[in-house]
Amino acid sequence: MSKRQVVLGVNGRDHEVWITPSDTLLDVLHDELGLADVRYGCGEGVCGTCTVLLDGEPVNGCLTLAVQAAGHQVTTLRGLMGLGEAMHPLQECFLRRGASQCGFCTPGMILTALDLVHRTGRPTREEIRYALVGNLCRCTGYTKILDAVEEYADQAAGS
Amino acid sequence: MVAPAFEYVAAGSYEEAVRLLAASAERDQEAKVLAGGQSLMPMLNLRLAHPELLIDINPADQRQPSITREMLRLPALTRHRVLLEHDLVRQHCPLLAEAVRHVGNVRVRNRGTIAGSLAHADPTSEIGCCALFAEAIRYVGNVRVRNRGTIAGSLAHADPTSEIGCCALATGARVVVRGPAGNGQSERTVPASELFAGYWSTTLDPAEIITDVLIPAARPRQGWSFQEMVRRTSDFAIVAVGVIFNLAERSGAPASATVALAGVADRVVLADPELLNDDPDESAARIAETLDPPDDVHASGAYRRRLARVLTARALREASARAAV
Repeated sequence: MSKRQVVLGVNGRDHEVWITPSDTLLDVLHDELGLADVRYGCGEGVCGTCTVLLDGEPVNGCLTLAVQAAGHQVTTLRGLMGLGEAMHPLQECFLRRGASQCGFCTPGMILTALDLVHRTGRPTREEIRYALVGNLCRCTGYTKILDAVEEYADQAAGS
Repeated sequence: MVAPAFEYVAAGSYEEAVRLLAASAERDQEAKVLAGGQSLMPMLNLRLAHPELLIDINPADQRQPSITREMLRLPALTRHRVLLEHDLVRQHCPLLAEAVRHVGNVRVRNRGTIAGSLAHADPTSEIGCCALFAEAIRYVGNVRVRNRGTIAGSLAHADPTSEIGCCALATGARVVVRGPAGNGQSERTVPASELFAGYWSTTLDPAEIITDVLIPAARPRQGWSFQEMVRRTSDFAIVAVGVIFNLAERSGAPASATVALAGVADRVVLADPELLNDDPDESAARIAETLDPPDDVHASGAYRRRLARVLTARALREASARAAV
């Protein structure tokens, strides 16, 4: 199988990586670039733990080939954090509301919710539920996640 | 799991993709077209498919939806999200709004209100048939799947529970197909009703590619409804029903209805129009009687037939009410 070198723009930095055509974006981000905030959950696009933003839009890392991401901008949760790993305001809301327990689903939840808030302003609770339906959490029971996203949306709308 | 190894080539045009497909067929090499990848990639990751070559058509087409001769033309790579968000379709189909003014839809002024939200389809939406698609697409996958998944990819995948296939049948959509012809290539148009051949199979030649989906624009006094039963939101439909309902333009009497069903056979199906009369319950019962849905782990055939009856009756009621507004 032929390896090829591609340049992936990840969190504002270009990375030259050698990939095989069948490597998924998730494989390369997690295994090659060591980004622990992109996670293998189901491999079918159902659970949302491998969510990344591709040119700003949430996609499944497990259903996107790495070679397809060449020439596009990839953002993981880490890319949202500020200098010195300062937390994103939505992460602060998750922390305050207890919306993260084991934390495995959290990056996907945050990236998906952030896209929703950016696009709709102040989504209703029902809209948040609908947007997050493809992000599975086995700890929190979701209520606190909805609370956190609502709090962030209120903040974002107010500022 | 990890996908089996395959080679990958990006096609810069549909012509190139067809050439590559034809060359693979000649070499007896199994090739698959990669569009949004939201069905193909899970099949690879689960090792349900073992293609030797993926032909990525994502670089092949930058076109946007457009209106031509009362037909909404959706390029093959139109992502589900574009259909879901009416403002984008509107933005890219200014002629459609014009056409609607021409037919005098009183709700045209409501258009701006849903911009930017995950819009529910307006019951009397100016994009009528497209509203049916938009509603159905709310049931497709999750936000990431809708960001990548494409309309033609979904049709070519030919899943028997496909919401998009169901809507294509209900609206009388057609697909434009490009394939090899002699030494060159040619295009042909295939009605959705002749596209599906069985489980995940189409009537297309292995070297043919869908390049466009053509959806008849809404007519005045047309209503629509999409009904689906599913155990978990975003999962595959157990049964889904799409209905387009037309009232006679002058008298307002019921003129015609098209009922399409998903999850009741080895492919999405159209109900025989002869089975329809003015009574939604009776029509639905007669349609359900003609069905022999398969049993599987998700539901028994008998339950699916019952769902088909209940959902068809609901859809006929809702669509006729919308047509009467």
